[in-house]
Formats: sequence, structure tokens, C-alpha cells
Amino acid sequence: MSAPELGKDLVGLEYLSAEQILLILDTAEPFKEVSERPIKKVPALRGKTIVNLFFEASTRTRISFEFAEKRLSADTVNVATSGSSVSKGETLVDTARNLEAMRIDMVVIRHPASGAADFLGQRIRSNVINAGDGRHEHPTQGLLDLLTLRDRFGRIAGLKVAICGDVLHSRVARSNIWGLLKLGAEVAICGPATLIPREFAELGVRIFPRIEEAIEWADALNVLRLQLERMSSGFIPSLREYNRVFGVTRERLAKAGREVVILHPGPMNRGVEIDSDVADGPASVILSQVTNGVAIRMAVLYLLAGGAPEWRTAPADDR
Amino acid sequence: MPSVTRLLDAPAMARSLERIAGEVVERCGGTKGMILVGIQRRGVELAARLAALIGKLGPAGEQRQIPLGQLDITLYRDDLSTVGPVPQVGVTSLPDELEGRTVVIVDDVLHTGRTIRAALDELADFGRPRRILLCVLVDRGGRELPIQADFVGLTVETSGDDRVDVAVSELDGRDSVELVRGGPL
Repeated sequence: MSAPELGKDLVGLEYLSAEQILLILDTAEPFKEVSERPIKKVPALRGKTIVNLFFEASTRTRISFEFAEKRLSADTVNVATSGSSVSKGETLVDTARNLEAMRIDMVVIRHPASGAADFLGQRIRSNVINAGDGRHEHPTQGLLDLLTLRDRFGRIAGLKVAICGDVLHSRVARSNIWGLLKLGAEVAICGPATLIPREFAELGVRIFPRIEEAIEWADALNVLRLQLERMSSGFIPSLREYNRVFGVTRERLAKAGREVVILHPGPMNRGVEIDSDVADGPASVILSQVTNGVAIRMAVLYLLAGGAPEWRTAPADDR
Repeated sequence: MPSVTRLLDAPAMARSLERIAGEVVERCGGTKGMILVGIQRRGVELAARLAALIGKLGPAGEQRQIPLGQLDITLYRDDLSTVGPVPQVGVTSLPDELEGRTVVIVDDVLHTGRTIRAALDELADFGRPRRILLCVLVDRGGRELPIQADFVGLTVETSGDDRVDVAVSELDGRDSVELVRGGPL
């Protein structure tokens, strides 16, 4: 069976073909079952050494990657910025090269600078997986959102998905937009004008200035977190006003007259972008996203570990 | 030019499976506590057929519906880092706890024994059966590990360049076993 290969690194969904994205989603299916076994471990990556290099705070993504690595029997090391030589002024490439000198096989990197994962991938031999780089992409989050949507609806093509909130600062939004468009979904973005980049319209993304219109239109809402830590100032007047105008509430959803599935990449600001009774309601798939995250990351690790190193990624214009 | 020899046609394959079913019931002294586990892909179909046959032969008062599982051994292969593009992973599902049960592994062809080694490792991660038996439709020799089958449909001597093609009607539209000599692998 000759499947499409994934290449050396996973930098973003923008650089993958629809076929490659489907390969990852299909590979994740059998990995879901591994996490349900009495012994949640298979020997597929035994002997591989993986470094989780996190230059930004993360709970969910880091733990999810670590579970995925351990359930595939890889050996893992976590490096966080504080307490490492990074805080002594070492550059990213030097850090990675030093790790590579200790014979590692893969690096999972989260970094505040957009493009950091690609930059690193071009400079070291190990596989590099982007776990979020600045505002650029968070490909495994995009993939797990796709998997969760496919689980719920049985398909991606033709689905109407609205990404709501702080799209400007969101790497999750970018990965979702690329992935959804490549698999044939319709995509809309919705939020305050200061947080909605107009360039996305060129990709065929619809823009809704009002949350009510997005809810009316969509099969599913992916509600983004307001990334207060990335905002300098002046993007929104206040959190209270944001909730009043753009918050996803039960009352607003009820007006749609049908079920609108709710996704959120976490961590949630309850009472700001999403109300508690929506987050915990029957249409919410937020915890399925977390469960699927481990399966998606196992699939990506498995596929990259066997990929040919000289193979990089699909041409960027392949869409 | 590759030469193709038909080793089993549909009626011969049916007879082999019937005979194996009888041997399994006899060896196990009934069907009590038995689970059949097919190895992806064609072992799964063969296990389903054997389960139906064994169910009919089982003594009165013992289980007639033999629980069926399927095992994908891809993640337990010993050559994952060398096979090049990674093989696709299939479904693994076991119907029940394995503790104290008699597990009969079913596969289409036994060759090097490496698939069965992987299957034994994988089963061990699910539990501790009372015993594990191995049933194959074709034993083509060429073992690289000390593994032997308990029930064999057909034994045939082959060389490493030969290929044994098992077709099952559920997947391939026909039942047959063919030996292909001198063809491309």
C-alpha cells in the first residue's frame, strides 16, 4: 500500500495537500483505540528520543504531546524556557544543535515567533513538529479540530464553520482555515473589526461583523480565546463589552433554531468569549477535542518518524 | 514470466477450514472460554468463517457464538524504522477480557513468524490468556523465529522469492490460494 508521505517536518497545514491531511486524520482513527486499552502503550516509537521544546506557556498541548509520545514508547525530555540555557541568552539554533549532539530524533517546538518551527526544521536533521509558532500556525490543533468535526458530522466537505473571536492573534484560526478550505468546507470568521484580518477574504473566507449572523449561518462555531497576553492595547474596549457583543451565549444559539456544534481550543475564558452553559452544553465537543488531540499527535509522530528525511513538504500553492 | 499455481480453490478452501474447525474443537475439548482473533487483513475474514464453523461443532451447553476479535500488528512490527514509508495502521478490537481464555490466532499465511511474534506481544498487552493457539490457512515455511502453527490448512515449500496470494470472497470476490513463482514481489 503506497500512502502519501508527510515529509520531515510538520510546520503548518498551509503546506500540506488535502491528501496528506486526510492521511493524518485516517491514521489517527486506530490510535484513538490505543488510549482505551488496559495498557495504553504500543512499541511503535521505541528507542526514539523526542524533545519537547516549549518557549511559551502551555498545559494542554504539552501534556497531550507527552502522552502521545509515551503511548508510542518514545523517550521524552521536556525543556522549558525558564530554568534552561535559553534564559542565559542561547539562540534557538544553538539550543537545538546541542540537543541534536545528544542524538535526538524529533523536536516538538512552541515558540512566540512566527516561523520559528520552519526556521528550525531547515537547520537541524531531526523531525520538527510545530506546537504553535507566534501567530502563524498550530497544525496539530487544526488537525484535531478537523477530526472532531469529522467525528460529529461524518464529513468535512460542505460544512459551514465559523471561527469567532480573536482571529488576528490566533495561530489556531490560521491552521483551521487552511485545513478546512483544503478539505472543502466553507469558512467564515467573525469578531471585532480590530481583530479580523481582511486578507482572509482573498482565500474565500466569509467575514461576519456580527456574531448573530455567524450563528445563523454556521453548522459549527470554533470559539477562540481572547489572547490578552498578545494584545498591546486598544483592540477591544473591555472584556465585559466583548462578552455583551460577541460572547457565545445560550440565548444567541437558541435563535438559530437548530443545533450549532461548539468547539473551543482552550483555555476558555468563561463569561468572556463563551458562556459556561454553552461550554458545558450538549452541543459542545470541547472535551472530545482534547481526547482527539492525543490521537492526532500520535498519528503525526508515527507518520513523521517513518518519513524520508530528504522529503520536506508539499508545494505551498497546492491547495 | 511468473508462473501461477493454484494451491486451493473455493471448495478446497472450505474443506480445509472445516477440517481445521474440527481440530480446534477437538484439541480444546469444546468451545468453552474460546476467543478467535484474526490478524488484519485476511486473517479477520478467515477467523469469522472459522468462528461460524466452530460454533456449529461445539458441544451442547457450550458457547455457540464464538467471540471474534481483530488484531492489527503494525505498531508492534520489529522493522518499523526500516520499512520506509510507514505502513497504514488498521483496526484492533478485542471482544472481551483475555484473562483465563483460550485465544486462537488466525492468519492467512505463516512465513517468517515475525507477524505472529508481534501478535503475541500485542496480546500480552491486553491481558494473560490461559493459552494461545495458532491457526493458519497456509504454512509456506521460511521461518526466522521459533514459531509453529497448531492448525494448518496446507503446507507448501516455497523460496523467498515466491509469493503466496490468499484471496477471500469478502475482500477479493473469490476464494483461492495461489503460489506465484518468479514474479515481481
